[in-house]
Formats: sequence, structure tokens, C-alpha cells
Amino acid sequence: MQFMLLFSRQGKLRLQKWYVPLSDKEKKKITRELVQTVLARKPKMCSFLEWRDLKIVYKRYASLYFCCAIEDQDNELITLEIIHRYVELLDKYFGSVCELDIIFNFEKAYFILDEFLLGGEAQETSKKNVLKAIEQADLLQESEDEYLSVKIFK
Amino acid sequence: MSPSVRLQEMIRVIRSARTQGEERGVIQRECAAIRAQFRQADNGGRSHNLAKLLYVHMLGYPAHFGQMECVRLIASPRYSEKRVGYLGAMMLLDEKQDASLLITNSIKNDLSHSSQYVQSLALCTLACMGSAEMCRDLAPEIDRLLRASNSYIKKKAALCAVHIVRKVPELGELFTPAARSLLSEKNHGVLHGAVVLITELCERNPETLEQFRKTVPDLVQIMKGLVTTGYSPEHNVAGISDPFLQVRILRLLRILGRNNDAASDAMNDLLAQVATNTDSSKTAGSAVLYETVLTVMDIKSESGLRVLAVNILGRFLLNNDRNIRYISMTSLQKIVVTDHNAVQRHRGTIVDCLKDPDASVKRRALELSLALVSAVNIRSMMKELLLFLSSCPPELKAQAACGIFNAAERYAPSQRWHIDTILHVLTTAGGDVRDETVPNLIQLITTASDLHCYTVHKLYRALITDISQQSLVQVACWCIGEYGDLLLRGECDEIEPVQVSEDDVLDALETVLQSHMSSPATRGFALTATMKLSTRITDNVDRIRSIVSIYGSCIDVELQQRAVEYNALFKKYDHMRAAVLERMPVIDKSSPDHSNGESGGGALKEVEPPKLKQGEAVTAQEPANQVCDLLDLLGGSEEPPQPGPILGSTAPGPASTAGGDLLDLLGGLETPETPETPALTPAPTLTVYEKNGVTLKLHCHKQSETGLTVTLTASNSSDWDMSSFTLQAAVPKSVQLHMKAPSGDFLPARGTATLTQTVLLNNPNKVMLKMRIRMSYTSQGSAFQDTMQIDSFPGPACH
Repeated sequence: MQFMLLFSRQGKLRLQKWYVPLSDKEKKKITRELVQTVLARKPKMCSFLEWRDLKIVYKRYASLYFCCAIEDQDNELITLEIIHRYVELLDKYFGSVCELDIIFNFEKAYFILDEFLLGGEAQETSKKNVLKAIEQADLLQESEDEYLSVKIFK
Repeated sequence: MSPSVRLQEMIRVIRSARTQGEERGVIQRECAAIRAQFRQADNGGRSHNLAKLLYVHMLGYPAHFGQMECVRLIASPRYSEKRVGYLGAMMLLDEKQDASLLITNSIKNDLSHSSQYVQSLALCTLACMGSAEMCRDLAPEIDRLLRASNSYIKKKAALCAVHIVRKVPELGELFTPAARSLLSEKNHGVLHGAVVLITELCERNPETLEQFRKTVPDLVQIMKGLVTTGYSPEHNVAGISDPFLQVRILRLLRILGRNNDAASDAMNDLLAQVATNTDSSKTAGSAVLYETVLTVMDIKSESGLRVLAVNILGRFLLNNDRNIRYISMTSLQKIVVTDHNAVQRHRGTIVDCLKDPDASVKRRALELSLALVSAVNIRSMMKELLLFLSSCPPELKAQAACGIFNAAERYAPSQRWHIDTILHVLTTAGGDVRDETVPNLIQLITTASDLHCYTVHKLYRALITDISQQSLVQVACWCIGEYGDLLLRGECDEIEPVQVSEDDVLDALETVLQSHMSSPATRGFALTATMKLSTRITDNVDRIRSIVSIYGSCIDVELQQRAVEYNALFKKYDHMRAAVLERMPVIDKSSPDHSNGESGGGALKEVEPPKLKQGEAVTAQEPANQVCDLLDLLGGSEEPPQPGPILGSTAPGPASTAGGDLLDLLGGLETPETPETPALTPAPTLTVYEKNGVTLKLHCHKQSETGLTVTLTASNSSDWDMSSFTLQAAVPKSVQLHMKAPSGDFLPARGTATLTQTVLLNNPNKVMLKMRIRMSYTSQGSAFQDTMQIDSFPGPACH
């Protein structure tokens, strides 16, 4: 995968993960063009489109578009499954996720994504394991913060 | 108040801003506060400040001042700070930033951290934005982690290694041994990472590919395990056990089995099993089947398996899910060349997809339909394609028109059908066709001599209906000009007769001339057509004369020039007008391209300026200073030969066969260079050919160091006249040849007159001069052809 973008129906970016090195200017340009292209598609249309020399796989969940850019040899259908798996992970973590959860807890959304994909490829195919890892990492963070705040108050 | 609430508070405030300006104000304030905080010492809220900055960055505002803070946070011992620091690094630092190098050391330390979650952060960041230098520095660490760590870290290390190999391919060798051993792991995450890594290594290095072929049995085993075991809740997706891993293994098998019989055999059974047993009612199953089909078609599979694969694609074509249909057509496109007949079976469904409302599906269906056109189905396919053209989205029109033309050219069942099809395309999509369509169509029309009447009637009718499609109008004008007499005659067997008067025709042409929709090129066509009609109609010549003289003062220089020349034809050269404006000979398809790039196209070529000597049936104009390397021309080169026909050197019949023959002729003409001393004495005449009453004499005259003028004189001593006498010449490749206009093409009997043709040669490399000449003529109703080779030219001057 080259990059993944999450954006709302109004075209506002909610998450962007780039796995290829591009300048800020290029990223903005690509985002703008792609958002326009995807938003122009009608509801019943195919989830795949060709854009520049990439294949774009996108799916709409409620008010959010999940959009991935994959390379020629990648399997489009499995990318749809990857997108779906990520949505399931978010759903399990936030409990019935909605766009606001992703807006106000964007860093958590990134942490979950980073537990599921690494360098653009899926790293863990078991939903349970991903959620477990995030849980443990959160625990680590909380216990550390707690420990330190106790220390401060001493 | 806990700092993280402040982050959410900030987000809330930003979102409640009603205008862009308000938002900018809020953000500027916050950024200033963040910048101040960054400058302070550690205050416990650093990670939250950076998080705020990252949010602002996602909205599109500049955040580069946070880069150093990322570096600082990554180096912090606190996990929460590291987490945000690394996130910031992935968002703000890419390999092009200098600051990215500063984190290399931190990453190195964190890779050996006691907590696996810290290690994980480092691995993730390296795999996301690691530059080539960072990768080189840290590769040994990654290799170590690949071998001796828990599966949580191993799977991440494997994907990190993938990134390293992509950035620095030479490091692939470092990871090969570890990758091999990872295949025996049970953990799916590690297996998945291992398969991705091995795929990457094999794609980059053919030797590594050879090595990993031995793993095919292991991979087959793993796949079998996935496919046959019962329900495994942990990895199950819609009834498929770990589709992600299955797809990756199939992809690796594809690479390993390509071009290798042994490997392909080893995986044959497995592929058959997967293809038959996988349930494709949900996307996960379809994804696995899709990958299986791709693999089967790419390796050396047995025919039964291939048939199975194509049938799966056929099933996909009928699926309700549009995505599946699209995927199926993409795959069919890949195999349509190799397994043409198999794909033909599904032609009906594919053609139906042309009507699908989705543009992506339409595009795929169009490409596939064009690939499936064959001589057998051309009529029905063309009907569908033309229907498609009239309603297709604009971005596909050009491609569709081009594809239709190609298909029509290759498989046209009759000339009339071909012409009809092209006319149909021009009426529906005239604006989207390429420029060479006009001359191609004109050439086609001239060859279909029995259809001239039909064609001109049809075009006239199209013209009076609509003059907005430029290509159509151009062709129509040309035809009316050429075949106006047929149009006026009224009857035509293949079309209902309509009485067309001379005034009607001139009205139509004048409308084109005056319309603001007509491009300058089109008006050029119309003016020339009007002029040509002056010899084909009887009553309204004065009207034509007045039209032409009006345009003598037109602002458009091109039109003005034409009008002035035509005026001259009326006045000073009226005696030549009939000959000049005679019917064009049949244009040969593979002789030099007829459009000359500028506006005017074919029409410009027809009328000679009056200064050319001897008005004749051959009316093509030879552009001056044209060098024709005849060998290249007839040697079947891909480039379209230089523009402008060259008198005397165009073959009468289809040049492809002539070209092929001449290619054989020219086989032995290359000679080594021989240094020669130039002599400037004029050379005698040499008789080079004497047969069947035709005598060909050659005379050389040296012009310069390397230039030579050769004059060929032909005479006919037989009792019968010879007509259509043409000469073609070929010389060694390094010699440049320029044939001037022959004096004529009619050789009367008994030597009453001769024909001469001048050939200019330029021999810059001073090679041994040889020439092959082919002559063709018609005598007593039959065509004759002969070839001769001149190996030695008369006189030392000719060398």
C-alpha cells in the first residue's frame, strides 16, 4: 500500500498515513485531487478506480470514506478486506465507532492502524491479537503516567 | 485539568469556528502557545502539545517547528512521550528532512529496549519513513530481531526488513537466511510477514528466487492446512481461514512457479483444490479465488486447471457485485491474448457490461470488447460498439473511436460496410477522432471505386444535416469535389435516388465556407472542392469563379493563397484547368503519408501550382528538397515515411507486397566503403536494359564531390504503346536518393518518343555505387514488371 486516507463527505481529512516519501506539497495535491475524484463517484459505483498509475480502493462507512492506494500487483479485493478489518478494529476499540471518535481521538486511531499495518502491509491477521496489543500498550502508558503522577504528588 | 482534555478542548474550539478566518485565528494562537511550551523545559505536557500540533498539521497548517520536538520526545524515557514522538516523526519527518537522521540513534536504542512495545514503536517508524542511510545503519539490528525474539517482534521485524530491502536492495542477501527459517513458524502474523519478505526478495533477485523455489512444498503444505482445517475463530473471515495469508502465499507461489515446470507441477493440485473448495459468496473468498486465478494463469499450469480458472472468471462476470465484475474483466484482459477462445465464450456478458452505469466497468468492458473483435463476430460486435459510442462517457470516446477504427480496418467484411462504419463514427464522435482519420478515410474511399457514387451521396446527405463535425465535413467536401459529377447524376444503385442540383451542391459548400463552426482546414477543403467542381458541372462555373475570387482577399492566408492560385487557373492557365483538376489516382495506403501536418491535409496535395510543367493525370505535388532514402522506405520501417508522395517511386499496387519484394531485392546492396578519387569529366551513356522492346539508358553527370545526377532514358521499340510506365530505384543505405518527376508515363510504340527521369544521388560515404531499378508498365492490357541491377556505373566519375 502506498497510502491510506480517511476523509468525510465534506472532504475534510480525518487521517492520513503515507508509506512513500513525498513532500508536504505533493501530499496535499494528491489528497485534494483524490478526495475530489472519490467524492464525485455515485453511490452504487465500483469500489475500484484507476488514478494516475495507482489503483485506488475505497469504501464508505457512514460519513467516512476509507481510501487506499495500492500498486499494480496488489489484490484489490483483499484490500477491501483490510479496510473492513481496520473499521472492525476501530469499532471494537471505541465501542460502536463514529466519526467524532476518530476526530477527537485521532492519535489512538493512528496507534490502532500502526498495530494492524506496518510499512503498508498487514502485520497481524488476527483481530484478537491486534486488540490485545493495543490494550497492553495503553495499559503500559497508563501505568507509567500513574506512577509518575504519584511520584509528582509525593 | 488533565492535559489530554486540553487537546480535546482545542479540537472542539477549532471545530466550532464558523469561518475559515476564525479557525485560522484559533490555530495561530494555539500554535504560538505550543511553540512557547516547546521552548520550556520538560513540563509533563509535552506529548499533548505535540499531539495538538499534529492535529493542526492534519488540517493542513504548517507544523515544521514541531520536528525537533519529535526528536526530543522520541529520546524521552516515558512511553507516552515516545508514542507521540514516533507518531510525530512518521507524520512530520520524512526521509527528505534533515532532522530524520537525528532519530536514527534513538531508534537503534529502542530496538533493544526491554519493553516490546517500545521496540514495536521503533520498528514501525523505521518501516514507515526510514531513509536508505537509516536502513543501512539499522539492518543488522533488524536481522538480529528476526532471529531471536518473540513472535510479536518477529512479525514486525519481517515487515521492517521488507522496507529495508525496498530502499536498499543489496541488503536482501542479509535477510535471506532468516527469512527461510521463518517459514517454519506457526504464528500467522510471523508467517504472513515471512511470506511478504520472501516475495520481496524473490522479486528483486533471480538467484534468491532459485533458492526459494525449494520452499514450494512447504508453502503448499501451509496452504493446505489453511484450506482444509475446520473453523478457526481467531483467523476466520466469512468462512475463510486467514484470507490475508492465503492471498500472500498464492502470490508467492505465482512468482515461484512462473516459467518453471517443476514448481508449477508441485502446486497444481493445491491450486485445483483451492479453486474448487473456496466459497466465494463473500469478498474474502472472492479475493482468494481471484488470486488463485491470477496464479493459475501465470504459471505453467495444465490445461484443465486453466479452463477451471477461466470458468471462475466467467462466474465472476455474472456476479451481482459490481466489484467482482470489474475484477473479472481486469483478469480477462490479462489473458485475452493467450487464451483468446476461452474468453470469447464470455463475450456476450462482456458486451452487456458496456451498458453498465459505472464508468470503471465500462472502461474495462470497452477494452475487453475491442480485444475480442474477430473476423467472425465483427458485424455484431460493431453494432454494439457503435451503440456504446453514441452514449459513452466523454473520457472514453477517443479510445472507443480509435478502437473501432482499428477493428474495422482489420476485419471489415466489405468496403461498403467499412465506409459506413467510419461515417457512423464520424457522425457520432467526430470531434474525438485522431487527425489521420481524414486522410485514411479518403484513401479508403478512393480504393472503393465502385462505391464512389454511394459514398458521395451519403456524405452529401450527412453534410446538409450537420456541419459541426470537422472530420466528417472535410471528408464530405473532398468527396463532393472529386465525385461531384456522380452526385449530380442523381441515380445510384445502393441508395434511394434524390435529385441534387448544382446549386444545391454549391450552396452546401458555401455554407461550410461561411460557417463560423468550420475550422480553417475545413474551409480549405471546401474551397478546393468548389474549385474542382468547376470541371465537373456545366452551368454554374461563373458562380464558382465568383466564390473563388472573393476568397482572394480573405484574411486567412491559407485560403487566400488557394483562391489566388485558383483564380490564376481560371485566367492565365485555363487551358490546363481540366487536366489539373482531373480525378485523383487511387492513393496507395502504405506510400508516404498524405497529410502534411499543416492545415489543408489531402486537398492541398491535389492542385499543382500552375508553374509545374506538362499538366498531366498525375496531379500530386512533389515538395522540393525532399530526400527519400528508398531503402528505409521499403524496408518495412515502423515510422510513417516522409510526407508527400514522390512521383515515379510509388508502386501501383499495394506497396506492402511490393515492399516485401523490394526488400528481397535490396538484400545484397551493402558494400564496404572504397576511397575514390573524384574526376569531373562527364560520363558516357550506358544501356542498362534491353528487353521486350524496352530500352533503358543511363547517363551520369558528376555535380560535386559526393553528388551525382543520373538520367534514365526509356524508349519503346515494340509495336505497342506502353502506358503507366514507372521506374523505381534503390541504392545502398548510405547513399541518398532523390527522384525528380519523370517526363511522363506514356511510351509510344516504335520509339517515337522517349521518357526521361532524373535521379539525384548523394554519396557522402563514397561507397561503391550500385543501383537496382524496377520498372513497371502496361502494354496491350497486361501489366509488366522487371528488375535490373546496375553494378558498375559508366565512367570513373560515377564512383
